[in-house]
Order: sequence, then structure tokens, then C-alpha cells
Amino acid sequence: MAADRIFGLVALITAVAYLAAATQIQTNMFSGEFLPKLFPYMIGTVAAICSLFMLFKPDDDPDWPPAATWINMALAVLVLAVYAVLLTPLGFILPTIFAAGILSYQISPRFVPAALSGLGLSLGLFVLFKYALGLGNIVAYRIPTPAKLWDAISILIPFVGH
Amino acid sequence: MDILSNLAIGFGVALSPYTLFLAVCGCFLGTIIGALPGLGPSNGVAILIPITFTLGLDATSALVLMTSVYYGAMYGGRISSILLNIPGDEPALMTTLDGYPMAKQGRAGDALVLSGVASFVGALLATIGLMLLAPSLARVAFLFGPAEYFALYLLAFCTLGGMASNNQAKAALAACIGLGIATIGVDSSSGLPRLTGGNLHLYDGIDFLVAIVGLFAIAEIFFFIESHGKGSSIGVKLDKVRIPWKDIMSTKWTMLRASGVGFVAGILPGAGASLGSFLAYMSEKSIAGDKGGFGTGVPKGVAAPEAGNNAAAGGALVPMLTLGVPGSGTTAVLLALLMTLNITPGPTLFTDRPEVVWGLIASLLIANVVLLLMNVPMVKIFVKVLMVPAWVLLPGVTMISFVGIYSLSGSYFDLLLMVAFGVLGYFLRKLDIPTVPVILGILLGGNMENALRRAMTLSDGDVTYLFSSPIAIGLWIAAIAGFVAPMFLRGLLKKPPAVTD
Repeated sequence: MAADRIFGLVALITAVAYLAAATQIQTNMFSGEFLPKLFPYMIGTVAAICSLFMLFKPDDDPDWPPAATWINMALAVLVLAVYAVLLTPLGFILPTIFAAGILSYQISPRFVPAALSGLGLSLGLFVLFKYALGLGNIVAYRIPTPAKLWDAISILIPFVGH
Repeated sequence: MDILSNLAIGFGVALSPYTLFLAVCGCFLGTIIGALPGLGPSNGVAILIPITFTLGLDATSALVLMTSVYYGAMYGGRISSILLNIPGDEPALMTTLDGYPMAKQGRAGDALVLSGVASFVGALLATIGLMLLAPSLARVAFLFGPAEYFALYLLAFCTLGGMASNNQAKAALAACIGLGIATIGVDSSSGLPRLTGGNLHLYDGIDFLVAIVGLFAIAEIFFFIESHGKGSSIGVKLDKVRIPWKDIMSTKWTMLRASGVGFVAGILPGAGASLGSFLAYMSEKSIAGDKGGFGTGVPKGVAAPEAGNNAAAGGALVPMLTLGVPGSGTTAVLLALLMTLNITPGPTLFTDRPEVVWGLIASLLIANVVLLLMNVPMVKIFVKVLMVPAWVLLPGVTMISFVGIYSLSGSYFDLLLMVAFGVLGYFLRKLDIPTVPVILGILLGGNMENALRRAMTLSDGDVTYLFSSPIAIGLWIAAIAGFVAPMFLRGLLKKPPAVTD
């Protein structure tokens, strides 16, 4: 019940914000005054109606995981986000060892197998992508300046928690 | 004899040693992707699209490779259904009902081979049906104007929403999320940015591949963290694999009927393979009656859903190729592939680029034969793949997804967006909100809006133009019926409970 109501409320707010943003769409003589806005208006309206339905006619709650699992999942999101921004400044191998290792540990919490699968996946996939498939923009490693590293990490700061 | 000469063109394009090699690779990969629990045809194909793209394959080779993966994944889904009682993908759900009991009786090998043959029959008949039906449907599609296309897109969303979810509001909301995302970016007619919030990264819009990989593959990690990778151990033994001729002969009519049912279900826009296997199983069950023993591990119960599922996969290609409207989640991903290769499906595809269409059909036939030959003797190898533990598999899939998306643009922004889609996908699936309409919305949003705009421009803003032709009115009625009818049919279409140990 509660889950659907919360999601419905979030969806409703998003839909209204979307509609509000749609009224501000810039137009010019090529597009006419109304056409760029018409479709967003339609979608926003339908979405708002649907979220009202979710608010007032919620389904049963799904089985949510326990609190410890939530922390684990939040950690996984953080790891993936950090991995996303470090892939360019640090190259493929080092971030992949850590990201794959941590994810592996989270699925099955045993240190040695997790570390080995991180190492194995990182090196194995690098060889696969670089030499077997020839993907150009994968670089084994880069040694960044501290300033560059900070630049990459600071991308995340406004994003934290989304 | 038109078909035969066209088919000759197709085989001329698709049958070279190199493409055959690609077909074998694709089938092998696809079967593995389909077999692994949690890695279905949709995300398997989605992860591979960016990689295929960067490999620089030409359109035909890429198409052969990806259709082989697509059909292979459809085949592979049954392996984990039968051995683990876990459907490798949604359409394989019905196969667990009789496949797993049959495996527990010590007939796992028979069940695997029988389902492989049933898959072959279903897919082969559906491909033939596609050849016969698609060209004539393509001719009808020339009558479609913007109003008809708008109604058609609406029909796809409505039937998909009706079938995919237990709650119409949730399905419609999912479609709106996708369509809303599709409107982000530079507007096609004014050239001004729309709904980007001033973020420069969003001026190009959101790439559907980022959304697909995020919603399907990244979301999967969270489910595995939640379950700690439990429930993926093989509980039944697989002895020597023989070909069960007796079972194959005794189920031949079942396979034929199920293929027919599946093909028709696949053609309906938005319905797709899950409905195909469901209807095939249920119709065979009612034909067999109570004495048929469905649910206890009978060969017919294995053959029917597999034939139906694969026939529906072929049937789903009919609306996708002729109208550009995919009939299932996986065909939506295939549509994404075609668009990436700069091929626009639709009626003109059959006249302008026959070599692409018939090359695709030929590669489907090739993939099908390769799969049958590969699956019977090599089933033991695929079973070995199932033993890869989740704590290696899932990180591996994640890293492949990252590399795939990274190789598209090399931008951290797309990667972050993909992670965000992963989180969204987790919550959507938890709340029983279907994710396929989201994908379809992102994919078709641009076309749907263009159809609407052209209709409005042609009619000078007259809304009644949208209902001005018999075809359009028919499509509107079908759309509304497709959305509303499942509410009343829900009791009738109730899925039988899965087998529990």
C-alpha cells in the first residue's frame, strides 16, 4: 500500500513538474507556437492521471529487503557511480578490479573468491575487449594528476544520492 | 514464386562463410545468454548492440549476428527452466510447469532435446509465416498516414500495457515515463532544446541503449544482491542425452497447433512471446483435458510452450518489420538495433531495401538450423555454463555493460545515467510496473510525436482528423479494447501456479 502511494506521489510531482516545464518550451516560427508542446502536454496529463490512480488505488506492498540489504544496495550504486567517473582518468584495469570485486563480495560475501573474480574479470575482459574485439577507447591504465582525479570525483558530488 | 526468388536474394546476402561463422557465434552466445537466469533475450541483445556497433560490422553481418543471438536466447531460456525451475526469461516461464517435473523424473535429457525440437518447429513455421504474411502486410501499410500511425503506436502501448501488467494504471505510467524521456533533447522542428533543464549532455536526448542496458542489466545486480545469488544450483541430474523419437512423434500435432497459436499471438502488437507460450500451453492443456496430466511432467506440456514461445518470437517480427512497431520487448531491442544500423523498418523497407529484409529472414532460417544442430549434441556444454556462480557472472555482466555503453560515447554521463536507470528499473520491477513499455516509449516516442505533428499540420489543428479514416478508427477501437479487456479477462487468464519443491 504505502509503496504504491509513495511512488504515486513522486510520479505525480514529476508529472506536474514535467507539465510545468512543457509550458516553458521555447518555440519559433519554424515549429509554430503549439506543436512542440502538444505531445508533452498529453504525456504529462496521462501520467498525472495514472499516478492519481496509484495514489488512491494502491496494490499490496512487495516484499522489501531488510535494512542491511538496503545499505548493501546503496553501496553498490555508489561503487557503480564512482566506477563510471573513474573509468576515464584511471583506465580500465584498476577500477574494474575494485568494482567487480566489491559487487562479487556483495552477492556472496567471501573475500578471497571475490578478490579473485575481480582480478580475473578485469584482466580477462580487458584482453577480450582490447585484443579479441578491438574496442578502441579502452585503455589499460592511466596515471592521472591529482587535479584530474579530483575533477572526476567532483562530478559525483551533486549527483550523490540519486 | 516471388517468395523463392526473394529468398534467393536473402541467402545470397546472408550465406557466406563469414556470416555463417557469425551465425554460429551468435547462436552459441545467445543460447548461453538465454540460459543464464536473469539474463534474458532483451538485455542480452541490448548489451551486445553497442559492442557490435563499435566492432564496425556492416549492416548485414550485424543483423545476422544479432538475430542469431535473439533466436539463440529464445532457445536457451528453456535450459534453466527445465534444470533449475527458474525461467531464463519471461516467455520460458510456462516451460517450467512440465519441464521441471519431467527433469525430476530423471528425463532431463529427453525434456531438453524435445524442447529443442519444439523450439525449432515453432521458429521454422513462424519464419515461413513471416515470409508469407509480411510482404502483403507491407502493402497494406502503404495506406497508413500520420493519423493511422499515431493510432497504431497507441495500440502497441495499450495492448502491451494490458498484457504486461496486472494494473493498467501502472502500465500506462510506464509508457508515459518512456515517452516523456523521448521528448527530451533538441526539438526536431524548432531546433531548440526541450525539457533538458539546461544540461548540455541532454541536448542529444537520452540514448535508448543507455536506458535498455540500465533497466535490464544493471537492475539485475540489485536483485542478485537482494537474494545473495541463492537459488541457482542445479537440483536434477543430467544423464546421457539421447533423442527421444517416441516423444517427438507423439507431440507433433501439439507442436504444430502451438506454433500456430504462438505465431498469431506474436503478431499482435505489444503482446509478444510471453502471451504466445501462455496461450499455447493453455490451449493444449484444455485439448488434452484432465487425463492429459499437464503439470506432472508430460512431453506435450514441454513441447507446447516452447513451440508457442519461439513461434511468437517470429510472429513479433511481422509488425516490427512492416510497420516499425515491435510486438515484444525483445523485438523492441531488435528495432533499436536496426535504428542503430540506420535501417528504418516500415513498408518502404520491403521495396527500397529488399536485401536487408530477405537477408534477415534468411539469417533467421540459418540461425534456426544452426541452433537445432548445436543444441542437441552440445546441450551438456550449455548446462555447464549454468554452473558459473552468480558472484562471477553478475559482476562480469555489469562490466560488459559499462564497456558497451562507454564505447558508444566515452562519456561518464551516459554511464551515470545507466546506473540511474538501473536503480529506476529495480524500483519499477519491485512495484510491479512493467519496464518494457518504458523502453518502447523511449524508442517510439519520437516517431509517435512526429506522426501526431504531421497529422495536426495536415489538418490545420483539427483533432477529428485523428479519427478520419476507417483504418484509424479500427485501430483506436482495438487500442481501447486491448487496454480495457484484460481487466475483465484477468480471472480467465490467470497463470497456473509454478511448481514448487
